Amino acid sequence: MGWQMIRVWTVLVYLFMFLPIGVVVLLSFNANQFGSFPMTGLSLRWFGELFDNDAILRALRTSLWLGTLTALISTTLGVLASLALVRYNIPFRNTISTILIAPILVPEVVLAVALLLFLQFLGIHKSFTLLLFGHVIFTLPFVILVVQARLVSIRRDVEEAAMSLGASPIQTFFTITLPLLMPAVAAGGLFAFTISFDDITGTLFWKPGGVETVPTQIFAMLRNSISPEINALGTLMILITAGLPLLGLAISRKLAMRRDRAD
Amino acid sequence: MSIEAREARQPWILLSPSLLVITLLLIVPVLFIVVYSFWLRTSVGDVQPGFFTDNWADVLTDRFFRDILLTTLRIAAITTVICALMGYPAAYFIARAKGNKALLLLLLMLPFWISYIIRTMSWIYILGTNGALNTVLQWLGITSEPIQMLYNETTVILGLVHFLLPFMVLNVYVSLDGVDETLEDAAGSLGATKWQSFLQVTLPLSLPGLAAGGLLCFVLGAGTYITPAVLGGPRDAMFANLVYEAIITQLNWPLGAALSLLLLGVLGALVMLYNYFLGMGQLMKGLG
Repeated sequence: MGWQMIRVWTVLVYLFMFLPIGVVVLLSFNANQFGSFPMTGLSLRWFGELFDNDAILRALRTSLWLGTLTALISTTLGVLASLALVRYNIPFRNTISTILIAPILVPEVVLAVALLLFLQFLGIHKSFTLLLFGHVIFTLPFVILVVQARLVSIRRDVEEAAMSLGASPIQTFFTITLPLLMPAVAAGGLFAFTISFDDITGTLFWKPGGVETVPTQIFAMLRNSISPEINALGTLMILITAGLPLLGLAISRKLAMRRDRAD
Repeated sequence: MSIEAREARQPWILLSPSLLVITLLLIVPVLFIVVYSFWLRTSVGDVQPGFFTDNWADVLTDRFFRDILLTTLRIAAITTVICALMGYPAAYFIARAKGNKALLLLLLMLPFWISYIIRTMSWIYILGTNGALNTVLQWLGITSEPIQMLYNETTVILGLVHFLLPFMVLNVYVSLDGVDETLEDAAGSLGATKWQSFLQVTLPLSLPGLAAGGLLCFVLGAGTYITPAVLGGPRDAMFANLVYEAIITQLNWPLGAALSLLLLGVLGALVMLYNYFLGMGQLMKGLG
């Protein structure tokens, strides 16, 4: 296979990945009232209707809260664990790493069933708390992987310099390590947020009746019929889950450029 | 306490919240459903603790369950092969691209951030009776009526490939990126054709990435119930749909526990096998 053919193949693969999503975004601006082809004109009306729909707004609020709390908890736990894994020589490192990433290795359906039945047995029924527990458990490994990867590149000697000048370990952490770590913390938090915001597999098992997140709301709406509001909601969701990381990337690049100039 | 002792304790203090959460919310619950799968749902809907093998007898001997398990494994296998065939050349291109590698990589990461449910449902707009493809076919005059293309096993596989392809491309890319390009040149200077040097040098060196991508595609594909629910017909249920039915619809939780443990057993065996032969390192590289 020649290089040209591989190039064409790659373009086709990218088209395959993005064309269907492009269609959803395009249709969300469709003026026609069935949310499908043909396009009859461009309009923002479905975005307007989105904000008049109480069920959708409730789902959006639930998802934003859940994602934010999940990100806060997972990032805190994940940063601490990553520090231990990168900064210390600990025994049983491999076993510990395996335990920490176990939630990725267990199929999410199984994780969902196990957590649901166990907490139900303990008297914790389907609730926001159960959802939060669930989301923390399956975002944690991803946060640890991302933070660990960044942590490795932060030099140790700056911390040692601070300590040798008399800073306590806690002072050193807050004045030296944490500021240097911020990009990793932000990346981990963003990752946890988008994974949580996007989750449906576990969420459908854990959510109480009547509570919907954005993905489960879309899933429920799909069962009735395709409505143009779904497209608008989908576009909004893409904006949040893909827009946020892209924004983060742009900001971190800008900061890096400024730092380079300062050097 | 001596400084050394405090130093030695610090990492455990840092690790304990995460280890505690994973133990309490994952490891103990999985062990719990092992026990729970031997309990019995009585005719009035209560769950009776004890040691009953009824659920396991059901799960392991019922033809219906077995057929769906086999269908699930077949669908996951087909999906994995298609992902490998589609993804390998693309990963190769990204790894060897000169100019806009950063952009290609960014575009490769983007699907991970775009909602799974949106990506799955997007195929309804492409293949549905009012979808893009039918509109184009009718506009061109090739067909006069919309064709029913959705809601069958093929569209389930299509949806899974769309969902899982980025995992494959990323993993293969990571391993290809680590292969020294000059190795191919060296093979060439020793008389190998481009094709030969690819087959005998590059491909073997990238197999760990291909295996990692394959494992992810297979395990994630075999564990999903959303894709068949959105893009499959009533007869295209996969194994995870059975779990969902048992737990959410029929409320037969002990049966659901046994079904999910069977799924865990089958997919877990695969992960163990992978770990035994290749180790987890490559997989972690691709995920991080």
